[in-house]
Amino acid sequence: MDKVKKIFGGDTRQLGMIFALVALIIFFQIWTAGLTLTPDNVINIFQQNSYILVLAIGMVLVIIAGHIDLSVGSVAAFVGISVAIAMRDWGLSWWMGILFGLALGALVGAWQGLWTAYVGIPAFIVTLSGMLLFRGANQYVGKSNSVPVSDDFQVIGGGYLPEVGPDTGYNNLTVLIGLLLAAGVVYGSVRSRRALVKLGADVEEAWVMWTRIALICAAIIGATLLFGSGRPGTSFPIAGMILALLVLLYGFISNRTVIGRHIYAVGGNRHAAELSGVKSKKVNFLVMMNMSILAALAGMIFVARSTASGPADGVGWELDAIAAVFIGGAAVTGGVGTVVGSIVGGLVMAVLNNGLQLKGIGADATQMIKGLVLLVAVAFDVYNKSQGRASIIGLLTRNFRGGRPGGDDAPPPPSAAVETTPTSETIRQST
Amino acid sequence: MSTPSNSAPGSPSGDVPSGTSPTANVILEMRDITKEFPGVKALSNVSMVVRRGEVHAICGENGAGKSTLMKVLSGVYPAGTYDGEIHFEGQLSEFHNIRDSEHAGIVIIHQELALIPEMSIAENIFLGNETASGGVIDWMATRVKARELLARVGLEEEPDTKIREIGVGKQQLVEIAKALSKDVKLLILDEPTAALNEGDSQHLLDLISGLRSKGVTCIMISHKLNEIEQIADSITIIRDGKSIETLRVKEDGVDENRIIRGMVGRDLESRFPDHTPQLGEVFFEVKNWTVRHPSVPDRLVAKHSDFFVRRGEIVGFAGLMGAGRTELMRSLFGRSYGTYVEGTIVKDGREVKLRTVSDAIEAGLAYVTEDRKTLGLNLLDDIKRTTVSARLSRITRGFVVDEREEYNYAESYRKSLRTKAPNVDEGVAKLSGGNQQKVVLAKWLFTEPDLLILDEPTRGIDVGAKFEIYGIIQRMASEGKGVILVSSELPELIGLSDRIYTISEGAVTGVLDREQADQESLMRLMTRRTHGGSHATDAPRASA
Repeated sequence: MDKVKKIFGGDTRQLGMIFALVALIIFFQIWTAGLTLTPDNVINIFQQNSYILVLAIGMVLVIIAGHIDLSVGSVAAFVGISVAIAMRDWGLSWWMGILFGLALGALVGAWQGLWTAYVGIPAFIVTLSGMLLFRGANQYVGKSNSVPVSDDFQVIGGGYLPEVGPDTGYNNLTVLIGLLLAAGVVYGSVRSRRALVKLGADVEEAWVMWTRIALICAAIIGATLLFGSGRPGTSFPIAGMILALLVLLYGFISNRTVIGRHIYAVGGNRHAAELSGVKSKKVNFLVMMNMSILAALAGMIFVARSTASGPADGVGWELDAIAAVFIGGAAVTGGVGTVVGSIVGGLVMAVLNNGLQLKGIGADATQMIKGLVLLVAVAFDVYNKSQGRASIIGLLTRNFRGGRPGGDDAPPPPSAAVETTPTSETIRQST
Repeated sequence: MSTPSNSAPGSPSGDVPSGTSPTANVILEMRDITKEFPGVKALSNVSMVVRRGEVHAICGENGAGKSTLMKVLSGVYPAGTYDGEIHFEGQLSEFHNIRDSEHAGIVIIHQELALIPEMSIAENIFLGNETASGGVIDWMATRVKARELLARVGLEEEPDTKIREIGVGKQQLVEIAKALSKDVKLLILDEPTAALNEGDSQHLLDLISGLRSKGVTCIMISHKLNEIEQIADSITIIRDGKSIETLRVKEDGVDENRIIRGMVGRDLESRFPDHTPQLGEVFFEVKNWTVRHPSVPDRLVAKHSDFFVRRGEIVGFAGLMGAGRTELMRSLFGRSYGTYVEGTIVKDGREVKLRTVSDAIEAGLAYVTEDRKTLGLNLLDDIKRTTVSARLSRITRGFVVDEREEYNYAESYRKSLRTKAPNVDEGVAKLSGGNQQKVVLAKWLFTEPDLLILDEPTRGIDVGAKFEIYGIIQRMASEGKGVILVSSELPELIGLSDRIYTISEGAVTGVLDREQADQESLMRLMTRRTHGGSHATDAPRASA
């Protein structure tokens, strides 16, 4: 187990999720007698879930910052119908339609960000309002009708990488991208290791790195061959490409950029962040706005895949996205979570859904199983914290006794949790 | 309870006639109370005797153990978690929670009021003690009783008024009314006047003497020695977790100086690294700095304060709890506390306006908070991310953080401050208090400040780490930075500072050079009253 941890990094939570995902795939592969890992099915999983995964990327940032967004399904639906109508009535081309949709998403996001960040209304309320507001707006704009979209727009949801080059039996572009990705992993690992050595830092042993590289590359190439060997005309879906680019982009933003750091800082301890010069209102605004832009994108991908925009698009998406984020290891209290984790969490739900569907399990049982999976995943997290590592919540509340700085002249006892009780005790006395 | 057969001889139960023994005059005796927290002995063998119908003050420096003692008495720390005995009304009492002690007639009013702002005065008075039959509240009776109680404390407000609509002085009176509703025999007040202006304070003190004449015994913790001198009958002094002495105010002719001597009477050990100050020119000046309380608009937390700092100088700020030191420093640091009223900051000969924390950091200020875990650190972060977090721009290209530089800087600060951690990837939550403080110091040193404001930099830190932090502070000064040191530990201030300002009730009450400063002179300036009260000029509420 120690070796396994070394290879994948010490984060047991995320490690657990990745193993759960792999185990789930193997389980369904056996149970469905090989139907799970067929090219068509894997392509299908990606196409059916790409819009939820796009939402999960935005949602994890919202949740890290300590908020929630309930409006994403309605925003997606509103943008979807607006884009469909704009293209039909104003004659916008497909790319102008996309730009229009993203701009509309930004506008919606600015609206919600304004109320959340600058007026100070909890995001739960703002986005609950937005959920109603934009659902209604979808039906108002579309007059509760379905509006079809053109073929070239449909590519972003239902399209595949094109066939180019000689006939190899595989989709050449898919294979090429897979190989490039694998090469990138090797190059990146070696380079960062070299940099660390130069700094004189402790580095992992070489076999650890090479084993990890080998495993990741095997997974990439396996997936590449799977995607590339589908029916002629199918290959890695465009929606999957969009998703992959977003994962790379947002993974980078959350880890390596100033705004990314600030999101974690605000979610982890807003007061400390503000006293370090972080403008928490701006951070909250941007996070909420970004969520709506991604919701707009998700809405357009969905409309493109289903060839038309309708009044019931996006119902319940927010819950799928939120579930993916929490299964992926984010904390309700904020400050914790990763983009990759949320994608893994979303894939766990997707594979579960798909496998149960393949076996012909009804929607009723499927929902119950998904509900339990969410509970078990988070329970696992809570259990982890109660074992060994101190609970973060406990660490924080310990210091809230007294309230005002200097409220207590006792020396700070490590077991001071008791001291939070006097006020509540006074209130509750003699019932 | 015991069976009737063995209750007769020598039983200390309630049927002992009063006046037969000296203990009849004693309402409370605490014997050899010892309370330990892991690693800290907060109280050791504290004893005190409170006579019936007196106002008994408890005095001591911050951290001496006064509040801990009161928490032992009121059952916040249940019987069994401390050693020693509490005798209340002649009976050995073991309180397991606050309800037990309240049942016996001991009511504690904390410095932080336990009132619910959105509920009415009457509802608050009877909260948890409702006048009800079968769970249904009798509002008529509640209001009538509330009105009686309000009359007893001299508060002219309707029982239906919400708590948030009355000032903090009146809220304090509601707390007392609530205590009276419980047939209180011993009322404990923890810093009752700390948040009040002078008019309200005086009214409260009058009320306390009124209660005394009606037979209610009071224990009062206060830092305001003038108030204690005015109202207390006896004073127990606690120092370093030990009870030093009990003074009878009238019999012993106690005055403020006598109390101060009792509070500080300990040796100043030489536990500071050697340091020769090299003072440069004045580079940081604050003039007429005035700030309002963020939520109580008629209270000024900083009043027309003037001070300056030279390059290479360590300037101490002394003041008792609630004097407004933290509030002053935070208001200077990008107005991160309170509402700015007036005043100027001059740095390097030019006036600077620091409206936000980033302005302040940009101008070369750094503020290390007293509340490390709630205001200083993101406990979810690791050492390296924390180290660079206050000035990410130093290691970014465009918007991208250079992780190599991040690692380099974090590592070099870890080495130079000798932070004990396996590597800079370690989570800050796992570090000890002293090492966490070093990480916070690293975070602010990384911003390359000219002026380093340290608010209680050694609070909750063991002795060894303290010594190291003193060394770091002196090194900063030697490098030509100005250092402001806010501390409640007078020996620390005297040992480190080149000059010490004293603050009382939000105003600078004096300044002493290193040679002049000793604990008694500081304590005298720290407890000096500032005339004019804490009212803003446009105070809307007259005291009741």
